[in-house]
Amino acid sequence: MEQLKTIGRELAMGSQGGFGQSKEFLDLVKSIGESRSKAEEDRIVLSEIDILKRKLLEPDVPKRKMKEYIIRLVYIEMLGHDASFGYIHAVKMTHDDNLLLKRTGYLAVTLFLDEDHDLIILIVNTIQKDLRSDNYLVVCAALNAVCRLINEETIPAVLPQVVDLLNHGKEAVRKKAIMALHRFHRKSPSSVSHLVSNFRRKLCDSDPGVMGATLCPLFDLISEDVASYKDLVSSFVGILKQVTERKLPKSYDYHQMPAPFIQIKLLKIMALLSSGDKSASEMMYMVLGDLFRKCDSSTNIGNAILYECIRCISCIIPSPKLLEDAAEAISKFLKSDSHNLKYMGIDGLGRLIKISSDIAEQHQLAVIDCLEDPDDTLKRKTFELLYKMTKSSNVEVIVDRMIDYMISINDNHYKTEIASRCVELAEQFAPSNQWFIQIMNKVFEHAGDLVNIKVAHNLMRLIAEGFGEDDDDADNKLRLSAVESYLQIISEPKLPSLFLQVISWVLGEYGTADGKYSASYISGKLCDVADAYSSDETVKGYAVSALMKIYAFEIASGRKVDVLPECQSLIEELLASHSTDLQQRAYELQALLSLDARTVESILPLDASCEDIEVDKDLSFLNGYIQQAIESGAQPYVSERERSGGMFETTDYHSQDHHEVTSHALRFEAYELPKPSVPSQPSAALVPVPEPSYYSEPHQPISTSSSVSERESSEIKLRLDGVKQKWGRPSYQSSTSASSSTPPQAANGTSTHSDGGGVASSSSSKPRSSYESKKPEIDPEKQRLAASLFGGSSSSSRSDRKSSSGGHKPAKGTANKPLATVPKESPITVPDLLDFDEPTGTSDVAATDPFKELEGLMESSRQDGGGSTDVMGLYSTDASAPVKTTTSVDSLLSELSDSSRGTYHQSQTTKGPNSKEALEKDALVRQMGVNPTSQNPTLFKDLLG
Amino acid sequence: MIKAVMMMNTQGKPRLAKFYDFLPVEKQQELIRGVFSVLSSRPENVSNFLEIDSLFGPDSRLVYKHYATLYFVLVFDGSENELAMLDLIQVLVETLDKCFSNVCELDIVFNYSKLHTVLDEIVFGGQVLETRTDEVMKAVEEISKLEAASNSISLVPKSVSGWRGGR
Repeated sequence: MEQLKTIGRELAMGSQGGFGQSKEFLDLVKSIGESRSKAEEDRIVLSEIDILKRKLLEPDVPKRKMKEYIIRLVYIEMLGHDASFGYIHAVKMTHDDNLLLKRTGYLAVTLFLDEDHDLIILIVNTIQKDLRSDNYLVVCAALNAVCRLINEETIPAVLPQVVDLLNHGKEAVRKKAIMALHRFHRKSPSSVSHLVSNFRRKLCDSDPGVMGATLCPLFDLISEDVASYKDLVSSFVGILKQVTERKLPKSYDYHQMPAPFIQIKLLKIMALLSSGDKSASEMMYMVLGDLFRKCDSSTNIGNAILYECIRCISCIIPSPKLLEDAAEAISKFLKSDSHNLKYMGIDGLGRLIKISSDIAEQHQLAVIDCLEDPDDTLKRKTFELLYKMTKSSNVEVIVDRMIDYMISINDNHYKTEIASRCVELAEQFAPSNQWFIQIMNKVFEHAGDLVNIKVAHNLMRLIAEGFGEDDDDADNKLRLSAVESYLQIISEPKLPSLFLQVISWVLGEYGTADGKYSASYISGKLCDVADAYSSDETVKGYAVSALMKIYAFEIASGRKVDVLPECQSLIEELLASHSTDLQQRAYELQALLSLDARTVESILPLDASCEDIEVDKDLSFLNGYIQQAIESGAQPYVSERERSGGMFETTDYHSQDHHEVTSHALRFEAYELPKPSVPSQPSAALVPVPEPSYYSEPHQPISTSSSVSERESSEIKLRLDGVKQKWGRPSYQSSTSASSSTPPQAANGTSTHSDGGGVASSSSSKPRSSYESKKPEIDPEKQRLAASLFGGSSSSSRSDRKSSSGGHKPAKGTANKPLATVPKESPITVPDLLDFDEPTGTSDVAATDPFKELEGLMESSRQDGGGSTDVMGLYSTDASAPVKTTTSVDSLLSELSDSSRGTYHQSQTTKGPNSKEALEKDALVRQMGVNPTSQNPTLFKDLLG
Repeated sequence: MIKAVMMMNTQGKPRLAKFYDFLPVEKQQELIRGVFSVLSSRPENVSNFLEIDSLFGPDSRLVYKHYATLYFVLVFDGSENELAMLDLIQVLVETLDKCFSNVCELDIVFNYSKLHTVLDEIVFGGQVLETRTDEVMKAVEEISKLEAASNSISLVPKSVSGWRGGR
């Protein structure tokens, strides 16, 4: 073994070094190194523990020996064994005057104990003393322990000493004191809140190292509260400037970079401070520009600073020039052979894409290379990037890729994440419901146990409610396709439980609806499911309910029902099930089979899953019965509030008071009835014959209480109407809020666009040409992928409009994740936001009925359907089209992009409040073929060589 | 903030484990094992970064570097720069190399407390304290000198030291 080869040298060194170890320790390490199995190692360690236990108990252990035992304890604990029997000795060792022993003691306790350990109390006193020591090394050791061992309660005990140390003569001590205060701040911000000004002051420390240390706590403080540190922007910029101009002592250089860690911290802080702040951002332009020029991209640390600059630029309001610099730095990263730099490049791309969506387009092939890279980290990062740039134009490709990857990995944690991302993207951008269902099926099939149960419910609801338009044909088609796909999948082994629930439910509701499949076929399949997954009660429950629905539909339509023998045996088995739920379902099914058609139809009407069930909260159907009871001498019901009000003859306010009192004091009156779940809404009909003991106010007419409840119930009904799902999963209310939130979003878009537009055109030329020269031959497969992924992100911003304002599922996209999607989309969908931004348009949108608006949009989008497929056709033919016009590609491209800009501009200005008209125009523009050409210029160039 | 510094050899034996927030021993072992199983399955010539939310909670990144028989691992959150962390490993290794002249795995095993001394000079309470190898070396040497001085007292013959200890 490798260890053994050099063991001789080590033995020699052990005696020579200042940290001399005994032979026993060397033997221990050696034998553990030689051990062949974990069991053998454990055996060695356990015997070592026995030895140590014995030795530690010996009286008068020499201190030198004791120190070694402690080190052995630390070693044992690092190997994962409990060394708590020796903790007390480590604590005792911290009390020693000998520096070596004291440091060893501190080292051991910082590794052994957590801040709430009982033994800490024995150390606090020592720490206090050591913090005042004359020997700065003792002070440093104590500060080290302070960081780790002091908890919220003990902070006050050492705080004064630590604060004193901020002015210690040695810079090493000052640095550590700042770090210790920072640690206190992390543990309990309130304990040091009065000392925060110290951090500001220490920023001006004469030692650059101390200043650098101060940046750590300031970073935390600023990220908590940006506003109160705005005044420091100019100081930070000044410091950074000095650092970059090499004003610091030469000793701070690292690989020829001046104090790179300080630069990085400063850039991080300034990104926080200047985020969204134009004037603060402007102060940084100069120094950031300098950094881009000065950074040595041949060293790792130089690239670290470059990356930090990119990150900073993505946070602040950048100038076009800086964006250009950042884009260039990213393209350098992506073109590098180092996976680390590629990773940083992809990460930077993901950040910049929020500001300027054109940047990704230049690097499409590099991105695709990263997607196929064997490096998993890089792959995941790239998927994150794709997730960020998903639009309706590329969602299919991206989600397909994601699912392929999801299937290929075993890491459940990441699988869950990527599955939820697939679902999110599919819900947001799905081009069609068919596709959506297919994707959902795949996700469920491969990660069904990992996705949220809500996803399953959403899918069922979508299938039940369909498009939300009054187009039953399409809905039925959708359901049939779902049923067909499920019948295909159902026989596959080992499907996740959640997926089976969805399958069972859909088969029950719609399995026979179309008449294509017979009831016995579907019910046979359902029985198979219940059989194959007999241990899963939820699935069985779903299956039985589905069977019940199928038979109910059969009975209701007057057909004769033959219960399959396996079905019969299933019912019989479940009748005796231990699960009461299954038992009840089985009994219900059995009872249903003997009922006549009319009854069955009213129990389980066809396709009624999305009907609203009206709940008669005041149980009005019992009124007759009550009337009868009162007539025959019963007491009318008196609601609780009236009861107490009448009893004490006080106002409501007082009666409330009374309740409060009684809840604390002894009560002498009889107990009240259990409170109804909605206290203010007692139903007059609930208790037709109130017991005499509650009867206190005979003159209170019953009508008042019933009128109260009537009013309330009408309110409730109103709300129920509101909840009614018209467009699939999410409730539509949020769409109102989404449309009203458009103006701020648009304002945001305009500001970034004005910056981004210029850069996009100016920066695109350089990297493009260099990239293509590097890769003359590219796999056509990859190009196709690139085209579909990046499918003209400049043009897609326009085609996007369709999806975001009038797509198939307008309510779904906006309502599902209104907060998350808005910021993500705003830069991409700039043009359509601009539309909305037009004052007339905005007011119109806000004023008119949002639902009508949406319906109108949907119609137009359907009309668009033809247009958009045409566009796709153009995309594919386009790849060959430019070949004929090889000579004038450049001019053609520029012309086209000019014209596209022109048309775009025109459409923008002419667009009035009528969004339908706007969409038609948009479709027309696209049919003229303006978009696809500007779609992907790089690709064509590559093709042309 | 840096959450943990680890060193382990290519067989998965931990050589150093320092967590800047306290974790019980079992959890530490679990993390070390988890990290090793990920590292050992990584192919050559890939990036040095890992996102390991599954082990260390959301927004955790890991940077590692493979030297001879050892993995050096840093775990940190989003407030640090990955490339800079990679260089921090470099700083640590360079310092150790100066300390032990041509550092190898065994130096690290047998000089456990010195290793901690070096690390404490570089990373303090989860923050980067010092990145200048010379400064770290100076501090470590100073400590060693003082310790050696005090150590020589306790290296007096056993009987005397026993007598001193019993005092």
